[in-house]
Amino acid sequence: MSQMFKKLSPKGDAAGEDLSSHPQDVPLAIHDLTVAYHRKPVLWDVDLDIPEGKLVGIVGPNGAGKSTLIKACLDLIPRASGEIGVYGKPYKEQRHLVAYVPQRESVDWDFPVSALDVVAMGAYRRLGWFRRVTREEAKKAHDCLTQVGIGHLADRQISQLSGGQQQRVFLARALMQDAELYLMDEPFAAVDAATEEAIVSLLRSLSEQGKTCLVVHHDLATVTTYFDWLVLLNMRVVAAGPSETTFTRENLQKTYGGKLSLLEKAAEALRHTID
Amino acid sequence: MPSWEEILEVVLLQNYNTRLVVLSTTLLGIAAGLIGSFLLLRKRSLMGDALSHATLPGVAIAFAVMVSLGGSGKALPGLLLGATLSGVAGLFTMLLIRRTTRLRDDVAMGFVLSVFFGVGVASLQMVQGLPGASAAGLESFIYGKTASMVQSDFFLIAIVAGIASLISLLFLKEFLLLCFDDGYAGAQGWPTFALDVLLLGLVTAVTVIGLQAVGLILIIAFLITPATAARFWTHRLLPMMLLSAVIGGVSGWLGAGISALTPELPAGAVIVLVAAVLFLISMIFAPPRGVIPRLVRQRHLRRKVDRQHFLRAAFEILEAEAPDRDVPSNSPFPLAALRSKRTWTPHELRKILKIARREDHLEPSEPRMLRLSEAGFGEAARVTRNHRLWETYLIRYADIAPSHVDRDADLVEHILGPELVEELEDFLERGPVAAPIPPSPHPIGKEASSS
Amino acid sequence: MNWTSFDTWIVVVGALCAVACALPGCFLVLRKMSMMGDAISHAVLPGLAIAFLITGTRASVPMFFGAAIAGVLTALFTQWIARFGNVDRGAAMGIVFTTLFAVGLILIRQAADHVDLDPGCVLYGAIELTPLDTVGQTGIPRAALVNGGALLGNLLIILVLFKEFRLGAFDASLADTLGFSSQFLHYLLMTMVAMTTVAAFESVGSIIVIAMLIVPPATALLLTRKLPTMLLIASLTAVLSAILGHLGAIQIPRWFGMEATTTSGMIALAAGVLFTLAWLFSPSEGLVTKARRHRSEDLSLPESTA
Repeated sequence: MSQMFKKLSPKGDAAGEDLSSHPQDVPLAIHDLTVAYHRKPVLWDVDLDIPEGKLVGIVGPNGAGKSTLIKACLDLIPRASGEIGVYGKPYKEQRHLVAYVPQRESVDWDFPVSALDVVAMGAYRRLGWFRRVTREEAKKAHDCLTQVGIGHLADRQISQLSGGQQQRVFLARALMQDAELYLMDEPFAAVDAATEEAIVSLLRSLSEQGKTCLVVHHDLATVTTYFDWLVLLNMRVVAAGPSETTFTRENLQKTYGGKLSLLEKAAEALRHTID
Repeated sequence: MPSWEEILEVVLLQNYNTRLVVLSTTLLGIAAGLIGSFLLLRKRSLMGDALSHATLPGVAIAFAVMVSLGGSGKALPGLLLGATLSGVAGLFTMLLIRRTTRLRDDVAMGFVLSVFFGVGVASLQMVQGLPGASAAGLESFIYGKTASMVQSDFFLIAIVAGIASLISLLFLKEFLLLCFDDGYAGAQGWPTFALDVLLLGLVTAVTVIGLQAVGLILIIAFLITPATAARFWTHRLLPMMLLSAVIGGVSGWLGAGISALTPELPAGAVIVLVAAVLFLISMIFAPPRGVIPRLVRQRHLRRKVDRQHFLRAAFEILEAEAPDRDVPSNSPFPLAALRSKRTWTPHELRKILKIARREDHLEPSEPRMLRLSEAGFGEAARVTRNHRLWETYLIRYADIAPSHVDRDADLVEHILGPELVEELEDFLERGPVAAPIPPSPHPIGKEASSS
Repeated sequence: MNWTSFDTWIVVVGALCAVACALPGCFLVLRKMSMMGDAISHAVLPGLAIAFLITGTRASVPMFFGAAIAGVLTALFTQWIARFGNVDRGAAMGIVFTTLFAVGLILIRQAADHVDLDPGCVLYGAIELTPLDTVGQTGIPRAALVNGGALLGNLLIILVLFKEFRLGAFDASLADTLGFSSQFLHYLLMTMVAMTTVAAFESVGSIIVIAMLIVPPATALLLTRKLPTMLLIASLTAVLSAILGHLGAIQIPRWFGMEATTTSGMIALAAGVLFTLAWLFSPSEGLVTKARRHRSEDLSLPESTA
């Protein structure tokens, strides 16, 4: 019995060999990643090394495969080819280093749990099978909620939170994991200004602690102010690098194609930030 | 009608046979209530439907095998083993269809249900023709045959229900995560497929032991109805599960009891009806999510909004009459002015004024004129002040254009409690309660709404 | 095997019923309501029982309407509980049909003193006996006429309202904004399912109905993504299932040295086999097809075409 559970243990036995191509200090190294849904390729030959301690934004048009990239890194969808290294090892062995913030719509917010219960889920992997949430973990969950500014809402049922507050609950759950690498899928989608600000300051403080954040983002106007590293994605990586050098008119055109109105907006945003 | 002694005898489980039946269905209800909660939250309630139908071929085949081995063919453990195996086969077929095709859950369930059931009926028919065997009574698996339960049946049900309940509580945390957010569970490394199989395995187990007791259609109700009823009473998982177990247990106990009193009523059907009544009561009356409490709450909120709109409109009229004073004086104003403030129908306005009179916010005055009472004027001042504070706050701190604020503030204000209002005051560095009312940050009245 | 005109009629009745179910079934499957067929076919029981208790006879017409009303009520109650109670639709459906079924069982038990109204009869039907009950001198079984009528009715409604049904199945709110009440379409579909169920249960049993509402449309969905083609393939699958099912009912038990079994169950099985074939060998997404393609192509993805 215990043998069986050991096998299924979420901690995984870290006995795999080093992937020589993935250096130890790169939080996320993606090599030759291809993902296809029902014959239709969504990501082609993605090669990417995410540097440590950076706030990295992933931008690209709708359907460019941004969410798919994150899900593929987390082994949530099958890859047609490619390798992914988290600090030099496969994700399976490095789960404790990675926290995931899914899109808000991915769950049923009418579910009978409180905000605190959801945040405590971040500790489940640490706890392992059968063990209940301990008092220390519950206290920690409360601290994480406080950190995102909604400590006073810990006992609320999650459907009674606003959209922004729900997003913060997800962020608090990721904080709860004490990870090194944070993968966030559209945390800024449909949130209020206050939440947006809270998320940005949280990202900054994570970055100051040397953590790496990979964030799917959709708003070109804010992208250079929020992130210091950028990945421009449209089925393949169009460009990746420091924001100043990557966020160019030429690269944007390659990413977004002929959508001129959008390009104009982006160009304006560019002018703003560079001035 | 049964006499009191008979009722007492059943309720207090004095009769040995009744005791067996009632205890079995109660235990079954508890286990089904616990497991059904997860099924409901995983949005797979009808999985029980599909799985229960999928057990039928197993019953027939087990019968045939036992007969060909020279047995009577109706040994319960053997039949249940067959039922379990074919239930599991159905379960894997479903999961396989889901994983390898683009067909959705409902199609996978419907497929397994109909094909397995068809095979089951066909094979039941076949084995009935087996030489030297009487398959009569196998149909009780479809409709249930509670009354004929014997001690070994009871032990089997008790053990399986106990183990299933225990497992569902043991894996509480894991099932919670699976049901709430399976993507996150997968990313954290939990074996979501294995957990799904475990959960549906528990469903199969409960279904199989329930087959004999209440029949395959009615065990579905046991898995769905108590959990759905419990969901109306609470916002938390564990209380919901426990309540669901209680509702399931009570349905089993009462249903089997009633059926024992009136032998012409089949137990399975009565149990389902008891559960359905409990569900109906929950759906209509449960305070947190029931239909009537929700309507009452909505009415309350609407009334509160109306009241505040009325008071604020009155105050703004008074303000407009004395534009040069900091705080307007309370004087009569024409009804027509109030009507021009907001788009109230005459009917609505009459209702609002009636309530205002009842709450002593209005004093008697000449016809077509209104006059606020002392209390009404104070309340009007307070409501208007809160509203404007909030508007100011929104404008200064949340980058929302002034023209958009009014609507938002109207809603939010009514949700704001007094503490938050005080907090706002400090925030805005205004004086305490007696402070003058800040001017509205946007043009008031028709010219604003027409823009 | 000696095939008689009896067998021909059984297959004809089965095929008529199967196609009558498969047509509305396509829309059920597309609207993600496959389980509704199962629910309705169980929930008609109280309608039958009440019609019987009121009229005191097993006359077809009152029973037909009693059952059809019960079927539509199932859809209505499900909708109410789901909407007003904020309950998952599957759970609402489960509660409604089990409760109605329980009511039906109890009513039948009350009526059982007077007449033999066996719930098992509703489930299994007796398709083998249908050729005995002919209409007048024509020699045409009554069941063939009843199921043929259901088929004709369904076909007519679907032909007339094809565009509306397609819209309603694809996007209910769009249908609403364009002025085609999705509620109306929903209840029309439910009425069709209920009527078909009732027309079928008496002669062939509800097993065929449940299976034919889901399995042929699901099979068709694996083979095509076009609605008219889907309706056609579903109908073909339904007819094939009826033929193969009856053959199987005669032949398969003999392999085990047993007597013939119910044709209705075997029709369901035949449909299941056809589905499995499509599942494995569908040209676009069959398991075997995909595996083979995987091997031959070996990921020759298009070069980046930028």
